[in-house]
Amino acid sequence: MSNEINAGAMADIAFLLLIFFLVTTTIMEDRGILVRLPPWSDDEPEIVDLNQRNVLSILVNAQNQMLVRGEPFEVDNLKDRAMEFIMNPNDDPDLAESPSDAVISLKNDRGTQYEAYIEVYNEIMAAYNTLRDEASQRQFGAYYDDLSLEQRRIIRSEIPMIISEAEPTEFGEED
Amino acid sequence: MSRFRKKRGKSSPTIQTASLPDIIFMLLFFFMVVTVLRDTEIIVQVTTPEATELTSLERKSLVHYIYIGRPVERYQHIYGTSPRIQMGDAIRGLGDVAMFVGEHRLRVPENQVPAITTSLRVDQEVTMGIVSDVKTELRKAEQYKVNYSTRPRID
Repeated sequence: MSNEINAGAMADIAFLLLIFFLVTTTIMEDRGILVRLPPWSDDEPEIVDLNQRNVLSILVNAQNQMLVRGEPFEVDNLKDRAMEFIMNPNDDPDLAESPSDAVISLKNDRGTQYEAYIEVYNEIMAAYNTLRDEASQRQFGAYYDDLSLEQRRIIRSEIPMIISEAEPTEFGEED
Repeated sequence: MSRFRKKRGKSSPTIQTASLPDIIFMLLFFFMVVTVLRDTEIIVQVTTPEATELTSLERKSLVHYIYIGRPVERYQHIYGTSPRIQMGDAIRGLGDVAMFVGEHRLRVPENQVPAITTSLRVDQEVTMGIVSDVKTELRKAEQYKVNYSTRPRID
């Protein structure tokens, strides 16, 4: 008879514990679209007269339909439209003078679905991220995320992300 | 050549399982470290929308969550079925947003206060009205760093 402890069941016990932890915990899926809200002021905002060509106005209504500069638009094409607007490669007199002048104005109803809003916001972010990646590839030969803080600041000043969000209009809010 | 042949005859056919518990324990510790215990009870149903441009939030101690969605069935007799705001473990009103943010600020070293992030976990079916109201309250509370929590989109 040997004096050894039988460790064969140890694996089973450990498995049991492992499964218990798998069930009771959540893997942190803490990801999302990080934004910076503008400061609040009680005064009426000053009306800044922007040149029409520098503003891309996007309206999403309570039926989740989108208007870009007053015309119906599909969300699938929004990224390309925004990129063209910001960079204006052909010097179109209707599009932004330069990337740092470009303002994207976003407006929605109170009844707009959150999903539709995020979809539009995501496309705008995608447009800016792509443009910043292109610019940093051109200048530094690396992706924007891999740049140093100083290099990022250069790219950011070249292509700032200016998204102006208007107060939502009162349409179509559910109870 | 003959070396190999000799070895084959001697080896025993059983697999050594003595180290199996160690391997499993290693897995166990790995999961214990990378996961978090469910700390808040979910009162409102939240299915976050999908997006592609994701940033991950790293420091969990600097993040607080605001859930917006319809109450789950179990709580519908108390809170009804229209979208509500959950902060911490309870359904709170719009007026409590500033206090909720302030409570978190007190728990964080002063130099890290500007890095505090509000993670909005909003159900995709909810309409923007309530979300805008929360955003306005956050702006009034000078809490500007906001994360719209989303799931990665798989194409």
